Amino acid sequence: MSSHVLRPLWVVIIIVILILGARFIIVPPDFGIQERGFMYGYHRKSNEDDWKAFKVKYRTRKYCKDCHPDKYEPIMSSKHRIIQCENCHGPAVDHPEDPPKLVVDKSRSLCIRCHARLRYPGTERAKIKGIDPEEHNTGMECSMCHNPHKPDMEGWQ
Amino acid sequence: MSISRRDFLISTLKIAAASALPLSAFKILSPAEARASVEASTVRWGFIVDTYKCVGCGFCVKACKLENEVPYEAPVTRTWVERYLILKDGRMVADTPLGGRDGFTSLEIQEEVVKPEDVAKAFFVPKLCNQCENPPCVQVCPVGATYQTADGVVLVDRTWCIGCGYCIMACPYGVRFFHPVYKVAEKCTFCYHRINKGMKTACVGACPFGARQIGNLKDPNDPVTKTIMTQRVAVLKDEYGTKPQVYYIGLDENVR
Repeated sequence: MSSHVLRPLWVVIIIVILILGARFIIVPPDFGIQERGFMYGYHRKSNEDDWKAFKVKYRTRKYCKDCHPDKYEPIMSSKHRIIQCENCHGPAVDHPEDPPKLVVDKSRSLCIRCHARLRYPGTERAKIKGIDPEEHNTGMECSMCHNPHKPDMEGWQ
Repeated sequence: MSISRRDFLISTLKIAAASALPLSAFKILSPAEARASVEASTVRWGFIVDTYKCVGCGFCVKACKLENEVPYEAPVTRTWVERYLILKDGRMVADTPLGGRDGFTSLEIQEEVVKPEDVAKAFFVPKLCNQCENPPCVQVCPVGATYQTADGVVLVDRTWCIGCGYCIMACPYGVRFFHPVYKVAEKCTFCYHRINKGMKTACVGACPFGARQIGNLKDPNDPVTKTIMTQRVAVLKDEYGTKPQVYYIGLDENVR
């Protein structure tokens, strides 16, 4: 074959080899078709482990129970037992190592999530005791009068 | 051509044996089918939302954002709660301020104060990724950055996503968004890091009213599976054929 045919052919072959080589280096070895087939499962398998290794922050009340029985017991016998500790106290993460102290949300905006009065017919929300946040002791924190761990009036301060 | 009696009988036997083989013995399996036949997953995550129980407190949205490091002040969220009011005059109003992150605390809805006396029916509808059996968001990904795991959860590979946004457009439920920090597509993972440790998702844990439940649909004894099999449930946008795996109890036709 004459050189004017061979020379561009070599160029093309080298480019193809370079592209394949680059692909071999860039694409992770575990990238490919996984359990869900080509349409839904074409991915890097180890990414599933990346997601599994994500940090858990909300540890649920089981995590609080053993060190804080003095708080756990009263709230579990109150109507607020359905609310997780971390909903108000913030995610525990690795408490008490990190963070050493949790910042409790004592703002009105936390309580009125449920206790702003919305009497919509047919909703569970209508059954929750509520206030009008615009009128009810504005500017004061709810916990100045109400004990969130003893929400019945026996906790009235 | 001559053939001995012995050879003729042997050949006849061979042909008879070969023709007795079923056709399926020669079926060529795709790699996915072959793998599925040896290590089929025994888990398929599914979700139930009970709209009768939701009161619109928004603790699920708060917990999700903090658990999954979704920027708290940014107007993006993996799960959100919508408020629907069907008024006595036939109108429908709906809103989701900040995705319901701070709960629903006002009668004001879409710059209009609606008195409860004017409301015929009302409901709060939590939404999250439906983890579809046929996820359209995965089909459109040009690089293989988003995918479905064997247990049915759709995830995004943040190292591989190029941020083209096709999947955000493809999702009929508007569940995906652009992560403001990582600059890649972002979505609900059913808290994949939690459910694989035997925990519930952050939103399920944070819900005080039991409006959200997660379970294994391949386990017939799972309470979630039992509810789906024995009670009246509906899915969002069934007509799209995406086969969503988030089932709603008490879903109204006005919910889209």
